[in-house]
Amino acid sequence: MSEHGVWALAWRRLRADRLGFGSLIVVLAYVALTLAAASGLVARDWQKEAGVSFAPPSFLGPDAAGSRQLLQATERRQQGEDYGIADPLASDLAAIAKELSGGSASEARASTLPLGGDKWGRDVLKKAIKGTETSLFVGLVAAALAAALGTCFGALAGFRGGRVDDFFNWLYSVFTSIPYLLLVLAIAAVVNQKGTFTVILILGLTGWTGIFRLVRAEYMKHKVREYVLAADAIGASAFRRMFVHILPNVSHVVLVQLSLHVVLFIKSEVILTFLGFGVGVDTVSWGSMLAEAASELLLGKWWQLAAATLAMAVLVTAFSLFTDAMRDALDPRLK
Amino acid sequence: MNLLEVRDLAVEFRLGEGKRLQALKGVSFDVAPGGTVALVGESGSGKSVTALSIMGLLPRENATIGARSRILFRGRDLVAAKSSEMQALRGAEMAMIFQEPMSSLNPVFSIGFQIGEVLRQHLDLTGAAARKRTLELLAEVGIGDAQTKLDAYPFQLSGGQQQRAMIAMAIACEPKLLIADEPTTALDVTIQRQIIELLARLRGRHGMAMLFITHDLALVSEIAEHVVVMREGEIREQGPAARLLRAPRDAYTRALLACRPPLERRPRRLPVIDDFLAGGRPPDGERSRGLRGDEPTILEARGLAKSFYFREGLLRRRELKAVKGASFRIAKGRTLGVVGESGSGKTTLALLVMRLQPASAGEVSFEGRELLKVDAKAAMPYKRRIQIVFQNPYASLNPRFTVGQLLAEPMQIHGIGADDAERRRMAAELLGKVGLPDDARGRYPHEFSGGQRQRIAIARALTLRPELLICDEAVSALDVSVQAQLLNLLQDLQDEYGMSYLFISHDLAVVRYMADEVMVMKDGEVVEIAQSDELYAHPKHVYTRLLLSSVPGRAH
Repeated sequence: MSEHGVWALAWRRLRADRLGFGSLIVVLAYVALTLAAASGLVARDWQKEAGVSFAPPSFLGPDAAGSRQLLQATERRQQGEDYGIADPLASDLAAIAKELSGGSASEARASTLPLGGDKWGRDVLKKAIKGTETSLFVGLVAAALAAALGTCFGALAGFRGGRVDDFFNWLYSVFTSIPYLLLVLAIAAVVNQKGTFTVILILGLTGWTGIFRLVRAEYMKHKVREYVLAADAIGASAFRRMFVHILPNVSHVVLVQLSLHVVLFIKSEVILTFLGFGVGVDTVSWGSMLAEAASELLLGKWWQLAAATLAMAVLVTAFSLFTDAMRDALDPRLK
Repeated sequence: MNLLEVRDLAVEFRLGEGKRLQALKGVSFDVAPGGTVALVGESGSGKSVTALSIMGLLPRENATIGARSRILFRGRDLVAAKSSEMQALRGAEMAMIFQEPMSSLNPVFSIGFQIGEVLRQHLDLTGAAARKRTLELLAEVGIGDAQTKLDAYPFQLSGGQQQRAMIAMAIACEPKLLIADEPTTALDVTIQRQIIELLARLRGRHGMAMLFITHDLALVSEIAEHVVVMREGEIREQGPAARLLRAPRDAYTRALLACRPPLERRPRRLPVIDDFLAGGRPPDGERSRGLRGDEPTILEARGLAKSFYFREGLLRRRELKAVKGASFRIAKGRTLGVVGESGSGKTTLALLVMRLQPASAGEVSFEGRELLKVDAKAAMPYKRRIQIVFQNPYASLNPRFTVGQLLAEPMQIHGIGADDAERRRMAAELLGKVGLPDDARGRYPHEFSGGQRQRIAIARALTLRPELLICDEAVSALDVSVQAQLLNLLQDLQDEYGMSYLFISHDLAVVRYMADEVMVMKDGEVVEIAQSDELYAHPKHVYTRLLLSSVPGRAH
């Protein structure tokens, strides 16, 4: 017996779980990185073309042969001697090129970057950090949206029963009967706007079903418990019984589901973006990095793929382990 | 030679985080061949741990038996026995029946299969021979229509039949020792009587010894020859049943015997354990109960009925009449007791009066005002004036609320007390009234014992200053000593505030002690209402007579 509350006990169990606690620290580090990126502390200039095209990672050293070849090829094409036709816009383009390079002419392009560069010479490390911001933000917010919808619907359906329950079950059946990608495409078509918030909306609107089912079952179980009857006996309103009395007792289910869905949605965002339904072209996410990486890999430029994969694998693994630990810690074995 | 000799049995449990619990601190007793020994004690006394140690069923991960402990069964030390040897013994030479027959039978196998399993395991009986023997066993334990019940699943049997099936399984190999761990606690009093008689009959016929574990001293007098009284892992007293129950030597035994409400007298206060252990004298003086007939009525129910419907197939529905037209009145400042067995509709009745379930028919008037026909808003003021205390204090307090929050909530909802500070003060006052320390307010329900939790539940109901308090089996889940304390508390509160009680219990002795008037229910019907003393002395209805004759420890 201790003098601590339920949450304090859960926290202590989590602290005792070394793997879970380590995972929590990794997750918190990612969140800190996201906040830093969002507030512009790091990776603000991720769009700057800091290095040469496909600059290799520093630990590999500059790729002299490769970049020279590429340069020559470009120059040859720019000379415009092909088929004896002169480019009528050549003088204009030269003027524009001169104007554009005027600002950055003083900055020499680096031949290597910490984790390499992409096609335009942008720093892959900064892209990965910025991508973390997008992906984690999408994962967290979409999971919160899905959990909020699932919890509210589940609470109403489970607690009210009858017609309300029938309605939400019908809604659930409709959502789960449509193939996932088809549903996502349909919503994307309806929203008809590419961007981070669209992705969040799509994931949130399609992802609530699993949480709904679990929360509904919990509410059906709890609404006949004596403590809820006791609350009714003292005159507590239905709303109060649903959200003040029952919700804290089922919140562990919601929390674990929330955290599972963060992982799920991070992966979904990557897949959606890879397929071209994801975040806009002006944003970078792990998904967009992976989409670029497909063609780069043919040229043997593997570092963008590696950076995005590694960043995602570490977060997803840590988050999953943390979810497991949280489930163990929150399991209310209160006597 | 004794069949079983337990010597200096000590058991320790590791609880995690370095905590240890000494569940048994050197327990010694004997069971003679064919004899019956009763282990008696309250929860936490170590009775069940003793039984599990003998059966070799203690959890291996965290239980350790003391180095000097010996359990000699027919001269063999079971503490040192290998697990394969124990497996051969269990079911064949010693068998055990448990408290909850429903959860000790496997729900996915038929009764016949489960009994047959014992026969296959130990006697190598198969096929028709096993089936024949199973039928004999079912007939022997008094299950009528054994042919069809053989293929029935546990949920198709009543509680009493399930326990009979468990007993059939236990005696299948004619064991030398039968351990019965609270075998009748989960059963109704009339069924309890049948099971006790069955056990006594089987013991005589097969000459097996029995170790009978119970919390109920009255039951002991009916079945045991030798009694062992345990408390907190130690034996307080042991001796022949007749002597121990008539002239107990230990103060704790005396207290246990005294704190059950007697059926013959009605002491002003029930003695509690501390009275005896401190060496003081139990309080005396008698209380008289009953109505004079001129008391004002606080609540009256007329033709109250409730039906539940179950869907059967697509269109049909089955009706279950939980309460069939109950009419009664509760006198102001007095107690109406309700007795009945499980399924008699007692709890449904309470929920109907509280408006926690909509009634199918009938009306309830509270001080002359109709209560059931008005809408929820109009009923709010009455919700305050009628409160309820539920049976299970482990389930009726929200585990995520502190005691302070639990007590403040009803006052907030009904706008009692000017501000939070005043409500805190009132909560502290009530905690003192129910005998809990003031620092309880910051703690959570799971940090309290069952009795303390029930006090919290009572304090919570009292925050609204109710005029009628419904106690739905409010003391049934508690140990007898705690029961006595709570009954005294309820009586004090009635004396002080003049509250009326609707006191629901399956325990006839407790109801007689508390109630001025008693109502007997059976299958949703009120079969008899009478003044308390009158009903117990001269029961009119045949069912009331059956109930009263089933009370353990009563001459009949």
